[in-house]
Amino acid sequence: MIADLLNGIGLLLWRVVSDQPDAKGALLPVLPAVLQPVVSAVLSVAPIIGVFASLFALTTLLERKGLGRIQNRLGPNRVGPFGILQPAADGLKMLTKEDIIPRSADKVVHFLAPVCLAVPTLLAFAVLPYGRNLVPLDLDAGLLFFFAVGASTELSIFMAGWSSRNKYSLLGAMRAIAQMISYEIPLIVSSVTVVMMTGTLSPMHIVEHQAGFIWGFIPHWYVLTPWGFAGFVIFTIASLAESNRSPFDLPEAESELIAGHLTEYSGFKYALFFLAEYLGMFAISGLGVTLFLGGWHAPLPGLEWIPSFVWFFGKLVSMVFLFIWIRGTVPRLRVDQLLNLAWKFLLPLALINLVVAAVWHFTAVWTFPGALVVRWLLGAALIGGPYVLLGSALSGAKKTTLRVYRYAT
Amino acid sequence: MEIPFAILTALTLVSALAAMSLRNLVHCALCLALTLAGLAALYLQLGAQFAGFAQILVYVGAVAILVVFAILLTNRGDQAAATRAPARSWVSGAGIAVAVFAVLARVILTSSLATGHPMVDRGSPTVKDLGMQLMTQYVLPLEVIGLLLTAATLGAVIIALPEKKTPAAAAPNH
Repeated sequence: MIADLLNGIGLLLWRVVSDQPDAKGALLPVLPAVLQPVVSAVLSVAPIIGVFASLFALTTLLERKGLGRIQNRLGPNRVGPFGILQPAADGLKMLTKEDIIPRSADKVVHFLAPVCLAVPTLLAFAVLPYGRNLVPLDLDAGLLFFFAVGASTELSIFMAGWSSRNKYSLLGAMRAIAQMISYEIPLIVSSVTVVMMTGTLSPMHIVEHQAGFIWGFIPHWYVLTPWGFAGFVIFTIASLAESNRSPFDLPEAESELIAGHLTEYSGFKYALFFLAEYLGMFAISGLGVTLFLGGWHAPLPGLEWIPSFVWFFGKLVSMVFLFIWIRGTVPRLRVDQLLNLAWKFLLPLALINLVVAAVWHFTAVWTFPGALVVRWLLGAALIGGPYVLLGSALSGAKKTTLRVYRYAT
Repeated sequence: MEIPFAILTALTLVSALAAMSLRNLVHCALCLALTLAGLAALYLQLGAQFAGFAQILVYVGAVAILVVFAILLTNRGDQAAATRAPARSWVSGAGIAVAVFAVLARVILTSSLATGHPMVDRGSPTVKDLGMQLMTQYVLPLEVIGLLLTAATLGAVIIALPEKKTPAAAAPNH
């Protein structure tokens, strides 16, 4: 019995590491029939929570170190060698803090808000394909599921802001909701191009469509097509705004709003908000990787022997690093700039991108030599032209000149 | 199948009752969001993935937010609405309730549940099937709804536009 169990666990781990299908099937037959559904669910859920919570801890350290490097300082360096134990110290501090609830707060809603935020954020991870055979839940409408649970987080931010009975909280929540609703539209429209090309809403099939290489070495990822590149850029900007990160961190603008809807939260509840925010960023980066960056596919032929989930998490961490880099280098937008960017710039470009994707789709029948290059140039012109025209029309008569430093050198 | 259905139905009904009876308008709106989410879960239990997810995306994600925004912008959301509804709105409310009940009762009475005909299991439709139907058989209703929504959007934009101060309109203010 025990030997069978250990054998099953060993086989399961081996199948996961070596990219083989039906990893759960290695362990489940060993167990009694009553336990099988429960164990099967735990085997899907526990790794998601474990892996992404540890990634959260790692990312906080990476972020503080990276920002320190960008801002010419050392970053955390006291806890453990090179400060690598800083996440543990942060976590302990967070969890041992007193949980303060304002006297006039709406206690039930104040308590429920972080829970209502964390649960949908975790649900979003259910449909992402992490590896060749690692999909927790293969839904026919998986992409729709992702956006549906993402949309339901807005209400919990409202709950947090309203129930705190604090003007900063309420203002921050209102800003956050306005921002999330505005940027949800370019986010979804830019993802629709991928759905148009693949004809499926299932993330697993979308990744499968990006298999193979052009001319033997260029991966067949959508980011390398003109519509895919434009879609990926729009998607990344919108996902920065969706996850309330700099330069779109107006809801939590420290200099104006203290901490927005988080102002009246402390201790464990604040930690939950913090966790949900980072998990949301991972989820949306994971979706970007799935839609545009080829998911778990290797970037070059001959590298397929490396387990597929390594590629997925490598791309995910690169996206997160890009987010940190942007946070360290781009100043925060004003509210009017934020909304203008979404409605006047990103949304028209995303709609034009739909047309570009359609052109790409219908020119797929061209077979003359060099057709791919011609199609690429045509697509790039179709999206690049509007980008330049719209950009110059919106920035008006503003002239950019070389900055002159008077005191610094 | 039975126990999840019972839990979801209870959740939906209780939150719907709470949405009608609570004193605080924002609490009512949050309960309404819970009701809509419960309905979405019932759709999912019936195997209608697209309807369920669209329900969450549109109703929980957008309509509920619109409702709370409307409450906060028009009323002091933290004060209980103390005024009793006038008699006229009672009458129209009762009329709407009777009409909705009549429609639902008619649908249920003519369904296979009441007439005793065996139910036809057509399987759960995929999003692709739904899209095909929308683009072929139901393309006219889809276009009409699209036109209606565009008109509504334009109307909202026109209402929200800052009014131009013409000399005639500005004169009475002086």
